[in-house]
Amino acid sequence: MDIHEYQAKEILAGYGVPVPRGGLAYSPEQAAYRAREIGGNKWVVKAQVHTGGRGKAGGVKLCGNEHEVYDAADEMFGKRLVTHQSGPEGKIVYRVYVEGAVHILKEIYLGFVLDRKTERVMVVASAAGGMEIEDIAADKPDTLIRSVVEPAVGMQAFQAREIAFGLGIPGEHVQKAVSLIMGCYKALESLDANMVEINPLVITEEGVIALDAKMTFDDNALFRHPSIAELRDKSQEDSRETRAADRGLSYVGLTGNIGCIVNGAGLAMATMDMIKLAGGEPANFLDIGGGATPDRVAKAFRLVMSDDNVQAILVNIFAGINRCDWVAEGIVQALEKNPVHVPLVVRLAGTHVEEGRRILARSGLPIIRANTLAEAAERAVQAWKNDVNLKQPKAVA
Amino acid sequence: MTVLLDRNTAVIVQGITGRIGSFHTKEMKEYGTNVVGGVTPGKGGASEQGVPVFNTVKEAVEKTGATASIVFVPPPFAADSIMEAADAGIRLCVAITDGIPSQDMIQVKRYMRRYRQENRMTLVGPNCAGVISPGKALLGIMPGHIYQPGHVGVVGRSGTLGYEAASQMKELGIGISTSVGIGGDPINGSSFRDILELFEKDPDTHAVVMIGEIGGPQEAEAAEYVRNHMSKPVIAYVAGLSAPKGRKMGHAGAIISAFGESASEKVEILREVGVTISPTPAEIGSTVQAVLRKAA
Repeated sequence: MDIHEYQAKEILAGYGVPVPRGGLAYSPEQAAYRAREIGGNKWVVKAQVHTGGRGKAGGVKLCGNEHEVYDAADEMFGKRLVTHQSGPEGKIVYRVYVEGAVHILKEIYLGFVLDRKTERVMVVASAAGGMEIEDIAADKPDTLIRSVVEPAVGMQAFQAREIAFGLGIPGEHVQKAVSLIMGCYKALESLDANMVEINPLVITEEGVIALDAKMTFDDNALFRHPSIAELRDKSQEDSRETRAADRGLSYVGLTGNIGCIVNGAGLAMATMDMIKLAGGEPANFLDIGGGATPDRVAKAFRLVMSDDNVQAILVNIFAGINRCDWVAEGIVQALEKNPVHVPLVVRLAGTHVEEGRRILARSGLPIIRANTLAEAAERAVQAWKNDVNLKQPKAVA
Repeated sequence: MTVLLDRNTAVIVQGITGRIGSFHTKEMKEYGTNVVGGVTPGKGGASEQGVPVFNTVKEAVEKTGATASIVFVPPPFAADSIMEAADAGIRLCVAITDGIPSQDMIQVKRYMRRYRQENRMTLVGPNCAGVISPGKALLGIMPGHIYQPGHVGVVGRSGTLGYEAASQMKELGIGISTSVGIGGDPINGSSFRDILELFEKDPDTHAVVMIGEIGGPQEAEAAEYVRNHMSKPVIAYVAGLSAPKGRKMGHAGAIISAFGESASEKVEILREVGVTISPTPAEIGSTVQAVLRKAA
C-alpha cells in the first residue's frame, strides 16, 4: 500500500527524521493560510498523488508570496496529473502540501528496500541525488553505496556512519545524518514498510533534511498496523482494482479488449501471455483464487464487464481440488442472472472436466467452448475480431 | 527415489483442526501420504481425520516420529508455526499459507540459520501448492490425479499453472518424479536453485521443468546454477510476458521492480545458459517431449 508524501513525512518525523515545516491543504485558501502559518518568504506547493515524477508534470511549484501559493494550489486541485510513472490515466489531485522552501547545498538519494536476493533490508544511497534510482543505477552505478541489515540485531550505527561518510556529508552534520538514517530504518522495521525512499535528502547550512519522502507498506502486514491501514487513499487507486480487492479478488486493469477470468496468479499471467501471442490484448489480470466458487465467478463477471473496453471474455479455470462441474454450474448461474453481451469463451480443465463441459453445452447459453489453453486464446481472439468486424459496419450506417 | 518425500515420510499437519487443514488432511491421506498427527494449540488430545492432535510440534514429533509437516495456520501466526517446526526437528516443512508478512519471513529465514546446515529444516513455500511425488505421497494441496508418475522434475511458483503443465505432460504420456511449488511470495523457503540442486542429485529425475514468473532474482540464480552444475536438461517457461512494470500480478512477489525481472529478460538469461524455453504456456508438454526425445 502506498501513502502520500505528507503522511510519510509525518510518520518519519515521529522517528526523529528532520522534515521541512509544512501543512496540508484541501483548498487554495487553505494553502495560502498554511503558507502564512509556516512563515518565511518562499514556499513549495506539492500535489499529493501516489506517483513519482511530479516535478516535471507541474505537480511541484516554488512560490514567493501567498498569492502565488494560492494560484499554484488552485491550478493543481482537481487536475489529472500525468507523470512518466503514473500511466496515461494519471492521478487526480485532491490534496496539496505546502512547505517552507529550503536552501539546498547538496542533494542525496537514500532508499531502504527489501532485497530479495539477500532476503534482508538493504540501504541504497548515492551522492547523485535528485535523480531516480533507476537512472542512478544505469548512469552512475559507481556512486551507489549499499548496506545490508542483519535481521537478528537490526541496523547498527556504524552502518549509518559508513553511509554518511561515504556520501561525503560534512563532518559537523554526520551525526544528524546518522539519526536520520537510523530513524528511517526504525520506521520501516516497526511499521512493516516494504520501502522508504528519501529523494532527495538534502544538506543545508543547518544540517540534513528529508525534502521528499515515500513509503510503501506490506499489504500482508496491515492487519497489525491499523493506524497505517487507515492512511489508504482510494481516490489514488484504479476504482476497478479497489472494488476487486474489496471483494477478495486480485485484479489489475490493462488497456486491451479481452477480459480474463482465471484461477491462480500464474495461470492468469500465462493466459494473458497466450492472448497476446494469439494476436489480442488482455484487458485485465484477474485471479479469482484457486477455489473458483460460483459466487466468485459471478463477481468476476460483473467486474470484468464494468470495463467498457472489454469486447470479449475468456474464462480459464483449472479445477484442482475444486470440480469443473461446480465451476460450470457457477458460470451458468452467473450468466443467467447477468447476461454477458460480448463473445464468451470458456475453457475448463481438471477434475470432472467432462461433466463440466456437458453442463455448459446443455445450458443453451452462447458459450464458445475450448478444451486447451491454446484453443481458448485463439478462439477468444477470433471471436473478438469477428465481433468487432460485425459491429463496425453498423456503427458506420 | 524421489526428492523431499516418499511413501514412508511421517507427516504432521499444523493447523489440522481448521476447515482447510482438515480437508487437505483427508485428501493427503487418500492419496497415500503417511499422515501421523496434527497440531492445534489447545486442542491436544482430540483426534481429527483419524489422527491424534497435539498442542505442540515438539510433542507431536516425540509421540509420532514425524519428520515432515505442512502448515495451514492463518498468516498472522504462520511464521511462528514454521519456527516451531524448525525447532522441533522437522526436516521438511511445506507452508501453504498465503499472506505472511515479508518481515516475518525474514525472521523465519534468519531463525532457521540457528541450526547447522545438516540439521536445518528444508522449508518449501509459503504461498505454495506444496510437494507431490506422484504415486507415492502428497504434501500439498494439488489434485493428485493429474500427475502421472515418471522421471521429470517440476518446480514452479504457481499452483494452477503447475497443474496445467502436469496435465499437458500427462496428455503426452510424460510422468513426473516430483513436483515442487515454491510459492509466489518475495521471500520464500526454497528457491528454484535449491530445488534444481535436489533434482540434479536425484537419479530418478532425468529432466527438469521450471515454471518461473516476473519479479525477483531467483530465475537468474537458477540460470547460474544450470550453467555451472546442471547436467540434466532443463525446460523453462516464464509467465508474465504481457505484465506491465511496477504492478503486482496477484502473487506478492510477481512484480517487476528491477532490471532482469521481466519475463523476456528472464527468458533471455535462461536461454543463454542452455535452458530450452517453452515459447508459450500451451507448449510446456510438447517442449518437454521434444527435449526428452532428443536426449534419448
